[in-house]
Amino acid sequence: MSEIFRAAHTLKGMSATMGYQDLANLTHKIENVLDAVRNHQVDVDTDLLDIVFDSLEDLEAMVTDIASGGDGQRDVEVVVEKLNRIAQGEKPADVQQSNDTVQETAATIAPAETEVKGIQGLDEFELTVLQESNERGFQNVQLSVYLREDCLLKAARVYMVFEVLEQIGEVIKSNPSVDQLEEEDFDNQFHVLLVTQEELSEIESRVMKVSELDKVVVETFSIDEYKTNQQEKLQEQQQEQQKQEEQAQTENDQTKKKEVNTSTQQNESSQEPKQQPQNKTIRVNIERLDVLMNLFEELVIDRGRLEQISSDLNHNELNETVERMSRISGDLQNIILNMRMVQVEQVFNRFPRMVRQLARDLHKKINLKISGADTELDRTVIDEIGDPLVHLIRNALDHGIETPEERIAQGKPEEGTLHLKAYQSGNHVFIEISDDGGGINRDKVLQKAIDNSVITPEQGASLDDQQIYELIMESGFSTADKISDVSGRGVGLDVVKNTIESLGGSISIDSKLYEGSIFSIQLPLTLSIISVMLVEVEDEKYAIPLSSIIETAIIKKEDIMKAHNKKVIDFRGKIVPLVSLKDVFEVPGEQEEETHYSVVIVRKGDKMAGLIVDSFIGQQEVVLKALGNYLSNVFAVSGATILGDGQVALIVDSNALIK
Amino acid sequence: MTELNGQDEKIIVFQLKDEEFGVPVQQVGSIERMQHITRVPSTPEFVKGVINLRGVVTPIIDLRTRFDLDSKEHDESTRIIIVHYNDMEVGLIVDSANDVIDIPKEAIEPPPEVVGTVEAEYIQGVAKLERRLLILLDLQKVFSSEEVRELKTIEG
Repeated sequence: MSEIFRAAHTLKGMSATMGYQDLANLTHKIENVLDAVRNHQVDVDTDLLDIVFDSLEDLEAMVTDIASGGDGQRDVEVVVEKLNRIAQGEKPADVQQSNDTVQETAATIAPAETEVKGIQGLDEFELTVLQESNERGFQNVQLSVYLREDCLLKAARVYMVFEVLEQIGEVIKSNPSVDQLEEEDFDNQFHVLLVTQEELSEIESRVMKVSELDKVVVETFSIDEYKTNQQEKLQEQQQEQQKQEEQAQTENDQTKKKEVNTSTQQNESSQEPKQQPQNKTIRVNIERLDVLMNLFEELVIDRGRLEQISSDLNHNELNETVERMSRISGDLQNIILNMRMVQVEQVFNRFPRMVRQLARDLHKKINLKISGADTELDRTVIDEIGDPLVHLIRNALDHGIETPEERIAQGKPEEGTLHLKAYQSGNHVFIEISDDGGGINRDKVLQKAIDNSVITPEQGASLDDQQIYELIMESGFSTADKISDVSGRGVGLDVVKNTIESLGGSISIDSKLYEGSIFSIQLPLTLSIISVMLVEVEDEKYAIPLSSIIETAIIKKEDIMKAHNKKVIDFRGKIVPLVSLKDVFEVPGEQEEETHYSVVIVRKGDKMAGLIVDSFIGQQEVVLKALGNYLSNVFAVSGATILGDGQVALIVDSNALIK
Repeated sequence: MTELNGQDEKIIVFQLKDEEFGVPVQQVGSIERMQHITRVPSTPEFVKGVINLRGVVTPIIDLRTRFDLDSKEHDESTRIIIVHYNDMEVGLIVDSANDVIDIPKEAIEPPPEVVGTVEAEYIQGVAKLERRLLILLDLQKVFSSEEVRELKTIEG
């Protein structure tokens, strides 16, 4: 019971956050009822279950609607009303009954498919005819004719029925109308109002002579009853009409908007026309966004100049205008950047099938869990991240998770769990692939790494567990021919690592023997914008990506030590080599001896280095640019960016500086 | 090597030291005034650095250094000619650029053995126009793949 309750609760929360109001509303009411049941305030009986099932049907319809791109809107008032009353302590059976009238209006809400029972909408003239016929000793009969499901020529059957009826009386009205009947514009049933002198049973047997009829219900039609009924419904119908009109209005609006949409999309051939009309998205070539971005950067540069000019001139109105422009262009920048963001779902979506297939091939039982699929990442990252993930998942299934027999022998559940998780944290997106498989055997990895001379035994002794696990991603490691001897991991993981690092990300491994492993990938939110620390070396400005900086420090000259003829410092108990950017980049200028050095501590994995610069300028978000094809591979420079003053600053690739 | 076809060839003419050079107009993106150049470390000496060309980071080559001519202070008439070649966009620093002329095909001759101080290997041809002598640059050779490869190994 509480499990159902929790499920409803989750559904409510999720739908509310995503803005599906009707869905949230309905689940909220279901939750109330379930809560009452849980607390033994309401007894569970068939009537209550009926209502709950009714609401479930609505839920399902809404969810399907949303899944196919709709907005999940549905008229749920009737069910909500019922649920409400149950939650307030009314007996479900009463609620069910007293709501019958309401339910009928609900039936009319569902458009097109509406089955109006019996004859309705008689006009003044028809009523008089009926009245008169009564007085003359005729009787008014209402026939409900049900055609068989498999009836092929419905119109023909209708014609034959009318033929029969005309012999025995006069048809006053039919529902649907004769026109609709002729065009087969009805389901399997229709209603006819007949004035006749024949017996009811006689009518029935004569009509039933027509083939392909399921049944015919013949009953006396009472005008008085009709009238009272009609009046009762009149008011509700009016309300209903209004509602329908409103609905039609919004639908109209929507189609109009859709038209606008399609007209703007004429160039974008890739839009699926049927799916997601309400989502109102258009696809734009990523190159156009790049062009837009470039143009925008020029604007930003000019903005910088304008700000400079206006502060020099100190003219009030100019200042205000420039400030406003700065703010607006800032917002614009955000929008343009956001346009490039795509949900990781795009990548994750292909995994369930892949995992199922792999599990079958490997004869393993796998339960794939995916969370955080709505986390957003830059388009360019999304395009690149798929293959490394496939690799890691294969690896986890192939070597991580044991066979069902092994798992049972170890006292684990037969079914292994693979959890794919994405989340955003600060300027990074993390993707974790965790399994509850065998984990990595630390000692075997270490041994193999030493055997393959990836590291020396001395180096190995100083590594902690995590560093050892990460050895399986070293390029030398995977060349071994029989890796499955070791831990089962390691084949081609160096490629994965390289791809992720080329995206400006990093990967780390954590594992517990017999309990499982976690591969955690850290990725920058976007490739085109990065946070950097601007530093100055002589007259030149360089940008160091914040993602690789641990901290900045001012070091006294006497704190600098020498080891192997290299300058090093003691940074929090670790010996960190110093690298002078001036030397590395051969910056022209006098070599001055200073008493204090400004140092940026950067890291590459677990290794660190201190970059000596002249001064720190500050932190800034910059747009990453390539140096162009001609200078595609410059040592220790990963790209360039354009600063506010229009000048180009180079982005330091600190990874290249750390050996 | 672009074979000169058709009757006339439109050429952008620029000055370098005391000689006149030409590049086909199709290969020229724009002519820019001198602006701030950001030095790129560990590149060959003739690569002066990169500029911000309307949002695109563009490498700049100093043609004087490239041709082993003595260097000269940049002044008011110094220009950067942005040329396209093989997906590459590179700026060439020249002393001045101020002319566009049509050269009839027959006025173009293959490079002579020795032409002034510029090494013949960068030259595609020579055009004689009345009393002017125009040296047609071979961009492929100016950014020759060999040079770029060499450049890359230096960087790497």
